[in-house]
Amino acid sequence: MAEFALPKNSQITGGKTWPKPAGATEVREFRVYRWNPDDGKNPSVDTYYVDVNDCGPMVLDGLIWIKNHIDPSLTFRRSCREGVCGSCAMNIDGQNTLACTRSMHDVKDGAVKINPLPHQPVVKDLVPDLTNFYAQYASIEPWLKTTSPTPQKEWRQSHEDREKLDGLYECILCACCSTSCPSYWWNSERYLGPAALLQATRWVKDSRDEATGERLDNLEDPFRLYRCHTIMNCAKACPKGLNPAEAIAELKLKLVERQI
Amino acid sequence: MSNARAKSMRTPLGRVRNLGAAHSGTGDFWRQRLTAVAMTLLIVPVVVVVIMLLGRNQAGAAQILGSIPIAVIMLLFVIASCWHMKIGMQVVIEDYVHNEPLKLIAIMANNFFSVTVALASIYALIKLSTGV
Repeated sequence: MAEFALPKNSQITGGKTWPKPAGATEVREFRVYRWNPDDGKNPSVDTYYVDVNDCGPMVLDGLIWIKNHIDPSLTFRRSCREGVCGSCAMNIDGQNTLACTRSMHDVKDGAVKINPLPHQPVVKDLVPDLTNFYAQYASIEPWLKTTSPTPQKEWRQSHEDREKLDGLYECILCACCSTSCPSYWWNSERYLGPAALLQATRWVKDSRDEATGERLDNLEDPFRLYRCHTIMNCAKACPKGLNPAEAIAELKLKLVERQI
Repeated sequence: MSNARAKSMRTPLGRVRNLGAAHSGTGDFWRQRLTAVAMTLLIVPVVVVVIMLLGRNQAGAAQILGSIPIAVIMLLFVIASCWHMKIGMQVVIEDYVHNEPLKLIAIMANNFFSVTVALASIYALIKLSTGV
């Protein structure tokens, strides 16, 4: 059956409260999920106090401040710090989002609660193991497939056809949508998840691609595609404002269209 | 889940591709919508018929269901709802039951149950409406 409770070794116990920074006039409380694969202990939630006058406004700024000033062992992924790379995806205040584009002032009063992306194996602290997620992206073969002879210049596309890719090409593969989806939690081994399916739609709708039918063949499956029950958590979570649920509905529509 | 992943020496892409796509599912998806629309259209006349049947004895019920349009509406509703129930329950089983033998048994039981309910209802309707 689906697992509704965490296994015993994943249940959160206790946690350390770090001292408030000396001389800080205004602090913000951060409660951060911690787990170290090497010490054999259960995960915990540590409490930190960030000097908000000494760091930037975003949640990622707070995490970097903690790492630089309080606890260098705090582990998280980050790179571009401007919502383009998708590395710092995590669960902030109960919502999957990017730490670099979520202001700590947008988190309501009280502590800023930070957990890794839900229902993925944890590598350490806020770093999830996204191996399966990336393999699912690879499985939809996200590249242009053609059999016609390659033209001397570029593959041409009308402005109208190019516009059909808007709302799809912007995906940065941060995994916020897939890891917010209950269907993905219960069946991530077989359900491709909103991110991979949005990317699949991007290639199915590309007017230059000549493998549309084969792409739809590979998606037509009760588990790969039809686990989507339009729960819409994906659209709510997407930090880029995309709508994977709508993209999946377009795939279903195309599959019905070619049968009726 | 993660333990199974850790123990397997298969590549992540091999695990995702697994047995390949079933090339099915669209049929059930379409029929679920079809039966939903059918039930939406049928529910008002069905409720009216059920209200008319309230408090009547078997002879009275047989008289109402003896009307061909009423019998057809009731039969269509039974078929649409049982079909919808079967597909919906199968989706729930596939979502939550991950033990393969148990899933197989549950899907079989769901099919048997839905067909039994449908046939019993159809038999009762025909028996009442024809008075045989």
